[in-house]
Amino acid sequence: MELIFYICSGVAIIATLLAIIGTNPMHSLLELITSLLAVGLIFFTLGAPFAGILEIIVYAGAIMVLFVFVVMMLNLGRATIEQERQWLKPSAWIAPALLTLVLLGELMQLLATQPDDHAVAGGAIVGAKAVGVMLYGPYLLAVELGSMLLLAGLVAAFHLGRSLD
Amino acid sequence: MNAADALVAGIPLSHGLGVAGILFVLGLAGVLIRRNIIYTLMCIEVMMNAAGLAFIVAASRWQHADGQIMYLMILALAAAETCVGLALVLQLYRRFRGLDLDAASRMQG
Repeated sequence: MELIFYICSGVAIIATLLAIIGTNPMHSLLELITSLLAVGLIFFTLGAPFAGILEIIVYAGAIMVLFVFVVMMLNLGRATIEQERQWLKPSAWIAPALLTLVLLGELMQLLATQPDDHAVAGGAIVGAKAVGVMLYGPYLLAVELGSMLLLAGLVAAFHLGRSLD
Repeated sequence: MNAADALVAGIPLSHGLGVAGILFVLGLAGVLIRRNIIYTLMCIEVMMNAAGLAFIVAASRWQHADGQIMYLMILALAAAETCVGLALVLQLYRRFRGLDLDAASRMQG
């Protein structure tokens, strides 16, 4: 099943690339959702089915749909696409692209020359039960902190999202 | 052997981390290149997702649940960040009738 991992990686990388160079926000969002679904399948192949399900339900299903709602609410039309085309001039993207390409080359060099290269990821399933036992055992404080973070996000969104008058 | 077992692959650790690195660098390039605030938020999501992928790869290397718990924390962080970020998008659009990030520098204080 190694093949599925590599196919999903290719799909995720190509979809992400299309998403960041696109000019239509809705198309970019749909490509990003494709990328997230591919990453969810990568989680399944790595033996983390709980994380894979959460990636699909929460990331693709809730967070990205929130983006879709906002883009639909703002009703971005042809004018936005034209403006995106104007902003995406080669003089604007060549320098950052080269810099990040250098960073990527260094990262790949480091990964290729690490001594632990034959270590194998995946091979056994760490299921939802093991995650749950750890989550509500040693990591209980982290769960509480996460819930407080979500509450703070809720209050901030309610405060920022009010109308101006 | 059930259906979930049939999916599990054994891949080199460096390949999994390499995919996470490529996705992270794509997100970083997007943040640097785009001026539209919605695209910037999307690229931040891509970067966080790549960090989560790196955690999952490491967790499956040592077959611990800790990496998946860190992924859950990243998920909660991404949800909170998205809801604050999208509220800011709506506020910016109401004030400036556009999604240009540079327009936010016109705000005085």
